[in-house]
Amino acid sequence: MMAASKKMLDQEPSEIEMLLPFHAAGTLNARDARRVEEALAGDSGLALQYAVIREEYAETIGLNESLGAPSARAMQKLFAAIDAEPVRKPSLSVSLSARVSEFFARLSPRTLAWSASVGAVALLLQAGVIGAVLMKNQTASFQTASLSMNEPSSGPITRDLGVSAAPPRALVRFAPEARIADITALLDNYQASIIDGAKGGMFRLQFKAMGKDEAANLLKKLQGEKIVSLAVATP
Amino acid sequence: MQVLYGRHHVRVFRFGLRLVRDEQIAEDLISEVFLDVWRQAGKFEGRSAVTTWLLAITRFKALSALRRRKDVGLDDETANAIEDTSDDPEVVVQKKDTGEALRKCLTALSREHREIVDLVYYHEKSVEEVAEIVGIPENTVKTRLFYARRKLAELLKAAGIERGWP
Repeated sequence: MMAASKKMLDQEPSEIEMLLPFHAAGTLNARDARRVEEALAGDSGLALQYAVIREEYAETIGLNESLGAPSARAMQKLFAAIDAEPVRKPSLSVSLSARVSEFFARLSPRTLAWSASVGAVALLLQAGVIGAVLMKNQTASFQTASLSMNEPSSGPITRDLGVSAAPPRALVRFAPEARIADITALLDNYQASIIDGAKGGMFRLQFKAMGKDEAANLLKKLQGEKIVSLAVATP
Repeated sequence: MQVLYGRHHVRVFRFGLRLVRDEQIAEDLISEVFLDVWRQAGKFEGRSAVTTWLLAITRFKALSALRRRKDVGLDDETANAIEDTSDDPEVVVQKKDTGEALRKCLTALSREHREIVDLVYYHEKSVEEVAEIVGIPENTVKTRLFYARRKLAELLKAAGIERGWP
């Protein structure tokens, strides 16, 4: 096999050499990754260069991680600036919800087929919206999972609404024509969060703690929603 | 917005800090970036990852901040001289810490080389994403990174470290 690595400094790098850093970072497509693997297997010079790249890769991560994190001042400044933005009706917090919902809705086509993969993304996006809205609107303590868009996901949303009774849950299937914005609004209206999904197109929703009768009424109301095709109580 | 901020602000801060080399300015960048996101959320078309979008905004803001700093007479080299109080690579080598010397040389790269190395290695961006963030052709992304790495090797060699490449 022809050596892919270049021995002379003044020579132009080969295509494979230039792909090595991306291979180390795992960002090549399958075809290019295979090409690089094959070249590495047959070229010791290239393999040596790859070892050097792995070292650079590790130290670059170490260097960036050592930079620490910004102080709370940055966040205070940001939200002070947002608060200073022109007032929107009906209220800033609702407007925040609407804007973020709109933002998320643009991540995918207006009408979404609720396949498992799309649903998984939607789960994270809606969880993020709910977290943001709750932060603005509620005084009870809570925690939100990290928001992820086209990124690896983190754990599910959890929150403590300050009520001791177990919160009711429901398995819900949304209508195929439901948009993320619609679902976000529904979750907002019901003060619900998605805690699991989408297995077989079903999402597990959790509502605020309430009595049995109230929970039964809520479920009935939910079943009557236009964008809900199925809603059943679940532990 | 809080969730979005919580998820990405450290990444934005670190990318900004590596470009402007000033913590205060890097912190200011964060609020500028996320305020832009707040104002322009409707323009996000979802064709790329949110981090790609955020890093592109961060880069734009960082370059603007650097231009402002030059306007007041504090150029990149001067800034380097001010902040660079730790050991230089040669001293680090004497301490037999190759990893530390490598980090030192990564810091000594030019702004263009720093950003491409960080985007590929730390932010794990693909060729296409780096091209989008930096606003250069994909082939230029690959060649620029190659020459950034070669410059890094030169700096290490000058510091007495031979790694067998190039």
